[in-house]
Amino acid sequence: MRSKMALYCLRGAVRSNYIRRNYGVCGVQLFNLYSTAAHTLRVNQQIKEKRKRALLGGGESRIDAQHKKGKLTARERIHLLCDPGSFVEYDMLVEHTCSDFGMEKQKYPGDSVITGHGLINGRIAYMFSQDFTVFGGSLSSIHAKKICKVMDQAMLVGAPVIGLNDSGGARIQEGVESLAGYADIFLRNVLSSGVIPQISLIMGPCAGGAVYSPAMTDFTFMVEDTSYLFITGPDVVKSVTNENVTQEELGGAKTHTTTSGVAHKAFHNDVDALLQLRNFLGFLPLSNKDPAPIRICDDPWDRDVPTLDTIIPQETTEAYDMLEVVVNVVDERDFFEIMPNYAKNIIIGFGRMNGRTVGIVGNQPKCAAGCLDINSSVKGARFVRFCDAFNIPIITFVDVPGFLPGTGQEHNGIIRHGAKLLYAFAEATVPKITVITRKGYGGAYDVMSSKHLRGDVNYAWPTAEVAVMGAKGATSILFKGKPDVSKYEAEYVEKFGNPFPAAVRGVYFKIGIELLFITTVSS
Amino acid sequence: MGIKTVAVYSIADNNARHVRMADEAVCIGPAATKDSYLNIDHIMLAVTKTGSQAVHPGYGFLSENAVFVEKLEAAGISFIGPSVEAINGMGDKLESKRLAQAAGVNTIPGFDGIVNDADHCVQIAREISYPVMIKASAGGGGKGMRIARNDDDARDGFRLASQEAASSFGDDRILVEKFIDKPRHIEIQVLGDKHGNAVYLNERECSIQRRNQKVIEEAPSVFLNEGTRKAMGEQAVSLCKRLGYYSAGTVEFLVDSEQKFYFLEMNTRLQVEHPVTEYITGVDLVHQMIRIAKGHPLLLTQKDIPIKGWAIESRVYSEDPYKNFGLPSIGRLYKYIEPLHVPNVRCDSGIDEGSEISIYYDPMICKLVCYGNTRNDAINTSLEALDSYVIRGVTHNIPLLRDILTETNFIEGNISTNYLSEVYPDGFKGRQLNSTDKQHILAIAACVFSKMDMRSYTFLNERPSTAKRKEPAEWTLVISLFDEELQCDVKKVGNKFHVHMKTDTLSVEDHINLSSPLIQTNINGKPIVMQLVSKDASGKLQIVYQGTTFTIFVLSDKASKFLKMMPEKPTVDVSKVVLSPMPGMVKSVSCEVGDTMAEGQEVCIIEAMKMQNSLVAGASGKVKAVHVKAGDTVGEDDVLIEFE
Repeated sequence: MRSKMALYCLRGAVRSNYIRRNYGVCGVQLFNLYSTAAHTLRVNQQIKEKRKRALLGGGESRIDAQHKKGKLTARERIHLLCDPGSFVEYDMLVEHTCSDFGMEKQKYPGDSVITGHGLINGRIAYMFSQDFTVFGGSLSSIHAKKICKVMDQAMLVGAPVIGLNDSGGARIQEGVESLAGYADIFLRNVLSSGVIPQISLIMGPCAGGAVYSPAMTDFTFMVEDTSYLFITGPDVVKSVTNENVTQEELGGAKTHTTTSGVAHKAFHNDVDALLQLRNFLGFLPLSNKDPAPIRICDDPWDRDVPTLDTIIPQETTEAYDMLEVVVNVVDERDFFEIMPNYAKNIIIGFGRMNGRTVGIVGNQPKCAAGCLDINSSVKGARFVRFCDAFNIPIITFVDVPGFLPGTGQEHNGIIRHGAKLLYAFAEATVPKITVITRKGYGGAYDVMSSKHLRGDVNYAWPTAEVAVMGAKGATSILFKGKPDVSKYEAEYVEKFGNPFPAAVRGVYFKIGIELLFITTVSS
Repeated sequence: MGIKTVAVYSIADNNARHVRMADEAVCIGPAATKDSYLNIDHIMLAVTKTGSQAVHPGYGFLSENAVFVEKLEAAGISFIGPSVEAINGMGDKLESKRLAQAAGVNTIPGFDGIVNDADHCVQIAREISYPVMIKASAGGGGKGMRIARNDDDARDGFRLASQEAASSFGDDRILVEKFIDKPRHIEIQVLGDKHGNAVYLNERECSIQRRNQKVIEEAPSVFLNEGTRKAMGEQAVSLCKRLGYYSAGTVEFLVDSEQKFYFLEMNTRLQVEHPVTEYITGVDLVHQMIRIAKGHPLLLTQKDIPIKGWAIESRVYSEDPYKNFGLPSIGRLYKYIEPLHVPNVRCDSGIDEGSEISIYYDPMICKLVCYGNTRNDAINTSLEALDSYVIRGVTHNIPLLRDILTETNFIEGNISTNYLSEVYPDGFKGRQLNSTDKQHILAIAACVFSKMDMRSYTFLNERPSTAKRKEPAEWTLVISLFDEELQCDVKKVGNKFHVHMKTDTLSVEDHINLSSPLIQTNINGKPIVMQLVSKDASGKLQIVYQGTTFTIFVLSDKASKFLKMMPEKPTVDVSKVVLSPMPGMVKSVSCEVGDTMAEGQEVCIIEAMKMQNSLVAGASGKVKAVHVKAGDTVGEDDVLIEFE
């Protein structure tokens, strides 16, 4: 469509040159004879100029300023995100409607956002890219309308929406109109949730009410050093709470990917972020009506993985890296980990099995013994619900000693947060495969996609041990006050420190070191 | 031979290959060697429990431990090795030198006695004249050895050598001798029986060493003439006869440029590098050792022992060759494929895919032994084998091995024990590429990228509207290797990629499998072998070419253009910190917060795999923070000490 338009402009240009060359010398008279043609020419000329202005956004100097900050312009970002020549722009010539504060004199075709659809690795996606060079990327009512239009379209078609956020906030000059615009977007975020994948890539400031749109999308990615997410900036923080804090500390990529858990991953720079985003989309279905994508796969589905035999240490108290298990199981060790630096006691992310996308959840014994706490439960629950909504099978690797005890956890509501993970696993109707690699203790065992929560296939490795609690704790309750508790402890280990108690009750499909790879499971 | 076998193992090795291959296996304790493989009581228990009749000690650990042999003999169990007297006699450097002299073997000038302290060491060194070698009396395998070229070296050397000796052998006695410059390390394999017969099985050239540990060994030596070989062999046999030596043993010599040779020591065990001798003589040494231990006389006489063909052993270690020719590296081998498809290749290794290389044991992965009719054949076989040897999960020394095997001095046989420091005076920097090599690597990188790009378009279950989209078949790429950038046009034509760079067009056959660690394809019809280590969505590829791993960045031209606009990230200033060069344990810390240290002054000592490494201040300055204390375990690149 774009190329057609370009062709049209080109043809118009050729014709006007032709007329000027042949009749131009005669001036006005001839133009009068061709008055409708002249009108057409004038319009064409205007379109050309407006397009040119739209392409320039806020102008050369602001583009330079954007580059100086180490950021690409909104258009460059789209250019890099989409397959060559595939982007189709919407509403390029739309202008804002504000007439207060002299705004009527400052108008930019397209206003402060670029919207449209394009192809990413041949698959359609809808996107908007906020243009910081125009009014600091601030959100006017027309800006919001443009975004809403692509979101509506994406829902209609059933394709992902990608937001590239780089905006100073609301267009203050527009008052409530701007706020209404945010709410329109929020509403669509909610209505689209679970229907089409929504991804936010924060590539500059995103502050105030604006943050809630990324927060409600499925994945929020950030760019290191150049992106910020906060409700109120450092100045307001200073005046209200008297805290001194920098933008980076308050809401930079590091803060949100390690401390707050607001963002799911951070990338080095704009280019890295956009290339990784293209790669990431390859894991997701276009909508909840599409199956999890299957890509051509060269990694044999029945590949033997002797490494899996050696990862679990002999000492049951010794830590190991569950990530090793994960990368050795998925195709080509290609694992897109989500939130790798937040609540590290649980691993979540996407991989492929024989080409098909799977969601991986795993306890990480390397961090806090792999226990479940508030943060890891919330992290896991949200991921499981995403997979469930988008037909992505879930593979769970279990090595969980239980929920983290303590007042810190109890007072902050581990019960209701832990319940989220339990609910998510129980609710999920996508294929669920569970592998108990070592410990499955207490309520946490139930939570981690157990057989009893509609787990489809549950395996136990020879190192597995499922029990209400560890030997020490259990015997101190069972044999309270009795001498020689350690003797009972050994008995307990003998009884429960192995996969047999659950195996004889038919909990597992199979005890074995091999994994059954997903080949025929359909969603 | 139809003999049933029992393996012993530590907990860390429960899944090791030797455990699975043996008829029975017994666990003898936790990972630390002193609790398992060096624990004589536990091993004796394993021996008696299984009713074993004989014990082969292998190499290392208890293979030269007389106490162990005594205990076995007292229990009426055969030790597949020499007698207690031979072990004792040869195990002590001073004693062995005296015995060798008595047997008419040439020895090195040096001090015949134990060094008391550092000052004494300096005094002796001056008497013998520098350079001198300071070494542990009980030592072996390069541990507890230091070369001194001046008084300061001598002082430091004495201290470090005695500490290492104490930790490795529990015996800190030190001796000093003349250090022979530019020597070759050539050793003679001997076999003796319990009936007074002894033969020599020719020499092994083991000159290529780093920190006195062998890296590449070959047999025969390009250097020895028939006369010298015979003289060395006969002296070695004479020593055996004098000792009444039985079983396999090795007499090590230093040989100078005039083929004068000096007795170094005798190893009273099977050597790591014994396979090269087996290849050229056709004698199975372990078989012979077992026969000898049983009391059978040698069936071989000196004239039965030929030199047939050429064998080269490359020791593949889990270590980083870019740091001091090899500092230990640890990790799990998540992918491991030995090049056994190449004819005339023998891989002696105790590990498999999934094995973990830990700090507890020697970091050797495999002995890659290659055989050929001529030295050239053996070298070429080695190259082919190394190129397709897949090791992932640890840093290994194949880059160095591969490079040595094609280095001019090595090919000409112009080597000495100083080989590495002379050929690589600034340390090993990886394979140096010529323009054709570079072109080939870049072309393969371009094809891997294109192949990945094509694949990212191919979904098997997409909606028809999307599935109709054709994958791309042309790419304009910008590839960077080191700091060079090159534009490159790639076109997929049939089953080939046409890669256009500068003025050349290369035609690469599309045999590239993105899941396979090996890339075996043809460039312009000529076969090449490379390895694909990693690839990611940001265009970073790691490709192994001729042993060395190259990191290559491939981007589309537009991504590359945009990337140039991105700011450089500040890097951490490493001159103000001391990083651990390898994983290990902190032996001692010799500075405190607030101390002023001079550049080059020792700040701490890290011990890993029984090697002590003294870490020094990179620049003069005041110590700001000390993050470790003696006994701490540290990982590679951990910050140990910070300067202001």
